[in-house]
Amino acid sequence: MDQIAALIIAKYNYWIYVTLMMIGFYAMIGKRNLVKKLIGLNIFQTAIILMFVSAGVKKGAKIPILDKHHVMEHGVNVADIVNPVPHVLMLTAIVVAVSVTGVALAILLRIYREYGTLEEDEILEKLGQ
Amino acid sequence: MSTSNLHVYVMAAPLLTAFFVNLVGRVSKAWIAPLTLGCLAFSSAASIIVLGRVMAYGGFSYTVGNWQAPYGIELVVDHLSAVMLVLISVVAFIATMSALKSTSQELPDQEYLFFTLYLILIAGLLGLVLTADAFNLYVLLEITSITTYGLIAMGKGRAPLASFNYIIMGSIGASFYLLGVGYLYLMTGSLNMADIAQILPTIGGGAAIATALAFMLVGLWVKMAFFPLHGWLPNAYSLAPTGAAILVAPLMTKVTIYLMVRVMFTIFSVDLLFLQNPAVQNGIVWAAALAIICASSLALAQRDLKRMLTYIIVAEVGYMVGGVWLANSTGMTGAILHIVNDALMTLCLFLAIAAILYRLGSVEFDSLQGIYRKMPITMAAFTVGAFAMIGIPPTAGFFSKWYLLLGGIEAGQWGYVVALLFSSLVNAVLFFRIIEIGYFHKDGEHHGHEKLAEAPLSMQIPLLISATALIVIGLGSGPLVEKIIKLALPVGF
Repeated sequence: MDQIAALIIAKYNYWIYVTLMMIGFYAMIGKRNLVKKLIGLNIFQTAIILMFVSAGVKKGAKIPILDKHHVMEHGVNVADIVNPVPHVLMLTAIVVAVSVTGVALAILLRIYREYGTLEEDEILEKLGQ
Repeated sequence: MSTSNLHVYVMAAPLLTAFFVNLVGRVSKAWIAPLTLGCLAFSSAASIIVLGRVMAYGGFSYTVGNWQAPYGIELVVDHLSAVMLVLISVVAFIATMSALKSTSQELPDQEYLFFTLYLILIAGLLGLVLTADAFNLYVLLEITSITTYGLIAMGKGRAPLASFNYIIMGSIGASFYLLGVGYLYLMTGSLNMADIAQILPTIGGGAAIATALAFMLVGLWVKMAFFPLHGWLPNAYSLAPTGAAILVAPLMTKVTIYLMVRVMFTIFSVDLLFLQNPAVQNGIVWAAALAIICASSLALAQRDLKRMLTYIIVAEVGYMVGGVWLANSTGMTGAILHIVNDALMTLCLFLAIAAILYRLGSVEFDSLQGIYRKMPITMAAFTVGAFAMIGIPPTAGFFSKWYLLLGGIEAGQWGYVVALLFSSLVNAVLFFRIIEIGYFHKDGEHHGHEKLAEAPLSMQIPLLISATALIVIGLGSGPLVEKIIKLALPVGF
């Protein structure tokens, strides 16, 4: 039991990302409201963003903005700065997530105009008629 | 413009033109056709030159912004990606001729929006083939997907709903892929595919690497609609505007198969994929066999030509995934040849559908009665496409299926062999049913007395080109395989 607790505490950021991801996944699969599905998708994507960002963190490290002259004289101690690459990657991933959300919302608007509802059951009922 | 960075122009041409189409197309519709066709003609010509150069001198790469790999993003062409470049740009060029016409009928006054997305989609597909960076691949994958969502949502009736389903499924797929890239980055600290491949054997962590591979594969399988992850495809492709379906149906799944090959053999190794885990390899071939049989059976139940074809596309995905995972060079040759052939077959059939839809407004089986008398040229080309889909020599479909069959026999995967034969039989039933309805049935009541003419010339020409290409590529299969496809096989085959 202690071992499991230690494992969870040592890598708690990964456990949080897995939990968030499962919440998002449940919302996408389990919920019948289309907006809730979209929010689930957002949670899902945010969980992955959190995983990447937390992977770049180092304890006690500074932001990766360096003084050129200082670096040329003393070099860089990698342990002193956080890894900027995951953050930069996630900047792009956020842009992708925002675009997907935007397109999805626009499509939801069209669905709402067509059927007057965003509940999947009601839409399917209307389609069946 | 030297030939060593020509492949970048192949991708940049449609991307840049997309903005001009949006701006100029607003003012005057007349500019859309020349701009779109012009840039795709340029891309086709340039990609053929790139292929020639790769054949002569081997692969080469371009470092974007002069940031050297492994830190910068490389755009690499090797034999396989050069073949894909030619395939994508030529298929897109042929499809566009017809798409211009059917879009002006289906989406009047929205053409500039349609073709903006259309060209960005093509640029994204070309970029996917070129990139050598695992994260860049994710971004390009989403560029192609987001434009496809938009294009599909432009369809009528239930199309937005189908598009929304596709958004949810497609984003799950892309997120899984991204997660896989994340695991790889955590383990190796690199995003460049070749660099990752060099680092992987030197580090341990089998479980994390296997997880990364599993996430990436599942993500791509969702995107390529590998049964049973295919749920989004039939609705999305059959409800999309015809102009979009002509482009998306032949290319999207095929490019994703290419990505699977790229990820499997450029990042991971044959050793990890096949030798260490024979049970997994075996299981995936069986899954592919199941996919082929189930999707073919579902195709039998359809009463609409377009929907029937979408299920055949799902079955064809099973062919290629199985072929790749057979783990022998015959199967791999078959899979890569089938990427080319299947793109052309699907193009031919969808162009025929577009021509019928343009005149008839419906491709349900009932409305196809007597169609051979009304549109003989269209239906002749359709028959060639159908024969290729069934796999009747000398059409192209026969030869790739032959390689896949031989590969299956060589690997002793009898389930897969049976599935292939079953699917060919089902395809024969499916298409001969349409030929029967169209040729022998008397004119339908709905359209009995109308005099239907052939589709306009701008839809017939691409159709005839694609039908001819099916026969020419079929007859030229031997040299094509020997001179190009054999060289395009991943390292280790």
